[in-house]
Amino acid sequence: MTETFDYSLIDWSRGQFALTAMYHWIFVPLTLGLGFIMAIMETIYVRTGNPEWKRITKFWMTIFGINFAIGVATGIILEFEFGTNWSNYSWFVGDIFGAPLAIEGIMAFFIESTFIAVMFFGWNKVSKKFHLVSTWLVAFGASLSALWILVANAWMQMPVGMKFNPDTARNEMEHFWDVLFSPMAVSKFTHTISSSYMLAALVVIGISSWFLLKKRHLVFAKRSIVVAAVFGLVTSLFTILTGDYSAKVIARHQPMKFAAFEGLYVGQRGAPLVAIGVVSSTPEDPNNENIKDFVFKLEIPNFLSYMAFQDFNAFIPGVKDLMEGNEEHGILSAAEKIARGKLAIDALAEYKAAREAGDQVKLTEAKDILDQNFQYFGYGYFVDDPSRLVPNVPLTFYSFHLMVALGMWFLVFFAIVLLLVYKGKISQSKFWLTIGIVNIPLAYIASQSGWVTAEMGRQPWVIQDLMPTMTAVSRLDTNAVITTFVLFAVIFTTLLIAELRIMFKQIKLGPKQEGGH
Amino acid sequence: MFETFELLTLQQYWWIIISLLASLLVFLMFVQGGQTLIYTLGKTDTERSMIVNTLGRKWELTFTTLVTFGGAFFASFPLFYSTSFGGAYWVWMAILFAFIIQAISYEYRSKPNNFLGKRTYEVFLFINGALGTILIGTAVGTFFNGAMFSVDKLNLTRIYDSAISRWETPFHGLEAVLNFHNVALGLSVFFLARVLGILYIVNSVKDDNIHQRAKKQMLYNAVPFLVFFLYFVIHLLLKQGFAVNPDTGEVFMEKFKYFHNLIQMPVVLVLFLAGVVGVLAGIAKFIFCSSSKGIWFAGAGTVLAVFALFLIAGLNNTAFYPSLHNLQHSLTIRNSSSSHYTLTAMSYVSLFVPVVITYIFFAWKSINNKPIEKAELEDEGTHIY
Repeated sequence: MTETFDYSLIDWSRGQFALTAMYHWIFVPLTLGLGFIMAIMETIYVRTGNPEWKRITKFWMTIFGINFAIGVATGIILEFEFGTNWSNYSWFVGDIFGAPLAIEGIMAFFIESTFIAVMFFGWNKVSKKFHLVSTWLVAFGASLSALWILVANAWMQMPVGMKFNPDTARNEMEHFWDVLFSPMAVSKFTHTISSSYMLAALVVIGISSWFLLKKRHLVFAKRSIVVAAVFGLVTSLFTILTGDYSAKVIARHQPMKFAAFEGLYVGQRGAPLVAIGVVSSTPEDPNNENIKDFVFKLEIPNFLSYMAFQDFNAFIPGVKDLMEGNEEHGILSAAEKIARGKLAIDALAEYKAAREAGDQVKLTEAKDILDQNFQYFGYGYFVDDPSRLVPNVPLTFYSFHLMVALGMWFLVFFAIVLLLVYKGKISQSKFWLTIGIVNIPLAYIASQSGWVTAEMGRQPWVIQDLMPTMTAVSRLDTNAVITTFVLFAVIFTTLLIAELRIMFKQIKLGPKQEGGH
Repeated sequence: MFETFELLTLQQYWWIIISLLASLLVFLMFVQGGQTLIYTLGKTDTERSMIVNTLGRKWELTFTTLVTFGGAFFASFPLFYSTSFGGAYWVWMAILFAFIIQAISYEYRSKPNNFLGKRTYEVFLFINGALGTILIGTAVGTFFNGAMFSVDKLNLTRIYDSAISRWETPFHGLEAVLNFHNVALGLSVFFLARVLGILYIVNSVKDDNIHQRAKKQMLYNAVPFLVFFLYFVIHLLLKQGFAVNPDTGEVFMEKFKYFHNLIQMPVVLVLFLAGVVGVLAGIAKFIFCSSSKGIWFAGAGTVLAVFALFLIAGLNNTAFYPSLHNLQHSLTIRNSSSSHYTLTAMSYVSLFVPVVITYIFFAWKSINNKPIEKAELEDEGTHIY
């Protein structure tokens, strides 16, 4: 028996998942949002009969198609990676996690793939109305698929609606609706989807701004900006509201992640919100390199407590409270949780042995211990190194703050653009049009930061409190994972370059005169 | 409704759904087969474009079926997912890479400034068509011949070495090619996909030159298909199979197990024979009657035959993923499935499948009601691959 974890295997497996997921996420949000923007544009075309709107719709469909293809290419691997690289995970929670993936395929992917063919090839083959319905169905199907995969992701962050079965050594679903409608699932879906719509609106405004700056396709560009800015303003407001709700859910169910968001090491009542901060590069605690204090910070007093619990005086636990425990606030120490987790793991072994021996007394005893301690099951794997229970605080802090700051900025930007449109000055506002272009990469940075916050902040867990990454990983040779990591990096980067070159070329060509595609 | 079913009934129901998805996937692999014939059937740029475009309108359907097949397998038999995917790493990764490069190739192939050049994307399509079919077929072959893995759920209690499913060779799945029976299934799927690809292309492209070449190619592909397929089936019916004692769950070798399965499940036997006849009729209709409707006979035949093969792999007390390392670690529909609750919930979801098939059918008809002609590719308003 090995005496330690193979951290290089774990890190490369995590690296591969992060690489493939982040690549996938470059393409998904634009698909999600652009689908609806195209559908709105086509609706205007069908209602007004104005061919200019058809031309506008078709141009954005071209951009959608280029982006969609690579989204599909990078997406297939994620589904299978749960099996290939996280095999223990697939068994331990497959009874719950597999269902959303299957439902996503049956209910959403087929809608997308069937009606995308009608959308692209049906212009002269089906009626205008059928075509419009198909475009809406593509948009709807994309968001529906996002729903199921985000429900699955939310469940990993907040496992609900299941019970551990020692006979099968896995968690089994007991309440489907609890899984679907858990607060985490609701916040994850609404926040992710609205921020994706916002990203698409920023891309449409950015590209249209470029046309206006180049003084080409002015009508097309102005109309695109109007649709996108309205869509963007509404969705950015919604993004901020759902983000706020997300923070509340996380504060209650993932306190360590919440502490990492704010770099809060020592818990307090009336905790301040760090508006801007720079984390020290040297560890404060010799036992944990992730515990680093601030070199500089600007705080809003009591606001973190209010944000999390609507109470300016509420107690927010810090990293140290969660590690060392806080009796006053009923927080167990990591050592206690580890001990209880280990009890649960040992009880599972005893349960199995008792079952084989047919010893009913020991079986019941072991089952009781397991049930009492199961909520800390995953902690039992940290016997030797509790410091790994703390996520990378600086990374989580920065990505969280970057995401929030950019989200706020985008709301202001949409409002300014709409004001300029209203005053009829948008074509002359070189400054704001340039900002519009700059916002495109910023939108992607914000979107990726959101996922870094969500996924790095919840480390070391794949299933919150129940399964850490090192227990979830497949038993492979590290070199095999390094090889596939490099292959993914090379192939995805090559495809990204191809995608960007094609996309830039299509933008340069602009919308076709005859409504061609 | 479903909640009143016995667990075993739900397990069987889900094995049937998995088998159905697998059979639809193999039929839809006419896209992959067609991709390996772009240069064989198309000698000019326009001819090749017609072929690529007619296949391109269906590729996502095949892709989605593959993804759904994976998701459904995960939801219904998660132990297979964790054991096979995490173990036969190289085989599944190779299959995935083959599909990754397909997904962008249609859309990017003819777009200006596409970085890699048209030819590269066509090579990607060829690799997907050849590797995808052969590897999936070979991997499914292990359902009948077994694989080198072990499963011990108690490993979860070993802190530093907690992997439940382990692969017991360092080759992580590549060793499947050492068994010719597996490879024969892979090659059968490859040539069948090409046969279906030819039949689909003659059905959906209006071009005399392509039709002429298709006829010749049909012979070149139908004959090897029949040779490999017959070898696979005859060997399958004569070989020992992996049987399960329904009372104890013990797995043991049984002579002529798969033959017995066909005899003991006469409906499956009829499906299988009807399937084989359908495929042969589709091929014959094209070769002897120059009919463009062969795809429907061969397509339906493929669905029935593959469906039947999957059913005899998992039903009638058979281990569908046998372990050669330890027979008792073999996966059966009983020991690898999801819980009663999850299978019930998923069974309700499965009721959507007929809805999905219906709208696919109507969308397919609306796009394919007229075969592709040169004129359509020159139309400015059409989306061209």
